[in-house]
Amino acid sequence: MKKVKSLADLKKMKEQLQSRIALREKSEHPDGIIQVKVAMATCGIASGAKDVMDFFITNLEKRNIDAIVSQTGCMGYCYAEPTIEVRLPGQDPVVYGFVDLKKADEIIEKYIKQGELVDGIIPVNYKTID
Amino acid sequence: MKDISLHIMDIAQNSISAGAALVEIKTEVNEVADRMIVTITDNGRGMDKNILEKAADPFYTSRVTRRVGLGIPLFRHSAEQTGGSLEIISEPGIGTSVIATFIRSSVDRPPAGDIPGVISLLAGANPDRDFVYRHLAGSGEYVFDTRQVKDVLGDVPLSEPVVIRYMKEMIDETIRDMLIPEL
Repeated sequence: MKKVKSLADLKKMKEQLQSRIALREKSEHPDGIIQVKVAMATCGIASGAKDVMDFFITNLEKRNIDAIVSQTGCMGYCYAEPTIEVRLPGQDPVVYGFVDLKKADEIIEKYIKQGELVDGIIPVNYKTID
Repeated sequence: MKDISLHIMDIAQNSISAGAALVEIKTEVNEVADRMIVTITDNGRGMDKNILEKAADPFYTSRVTRRVGLGIPLFRHSAEQTGGSLEIISEPGIGTSVIATFIRSSVDRPPAGDIPGVISLLAGANPDRDFVYRHLAGSGEYVFDTRQVKDVLGDVPLSEPVVIRYMKEMIDETIRDMLIPEL
């Protein structure tokens, strides 16, 4: 992949970006795109939320999953940071706690790709059967 | 917080919560004076004297989800443990500046961390706000401005994951080009 080094380089990429967005708008899920929100208050950041957010941005792109990754504040689950909220189109949002890079990978592979819930949901009322 | 970039990310969130449209982040390395100065300035709602006094108190917070606010106290601690200091200047209706001064050669000075990553994440996660990142070292100055990026990209939002990566690459590349010694 070619690196973007300046505003001029960025300008060259504009068309490609626009067609990517146009493609998404015409896709079969015009009602919604996958949303990942990373809790980024003091508690989250201190627990490694930035690395988790980096991981989602890099890997969702690498694995060709169209998603928006954004930040949110503290949800009050400071003990379980880093926490993230994942919203699949047309579904209720799910909050995951103690998300390290390994858990993030599992969330992408199982929950985001296949819609299969994984351990680590807050509040803890869900557990996979062994 | 493991490094200075994470403090920047944390303090910038305060600016965003304060309704700032523009957040300016400046890192300055002064080798002669042995200082590294980090300034975060916003045009948010600002604080009056009363609130300003409380901002340094870890048990004061404007939030309702929990009763402690550790962002500023942690940043202050980090600066003070190097022999430096932290100062907050604020004016209601105008904005707030947080200025942290680190003694650069102190063994307790945290590493700079991934500043390009933090700036691009902030810009991407808050596409409705603008961010300016300025780095000063010796006689060199580097400026990254999301308003310029928006001009170039037009209707492509900064929240596009690819755009976030591009912004990081842009800052990364230029900072490396400036051949700055470790911040």
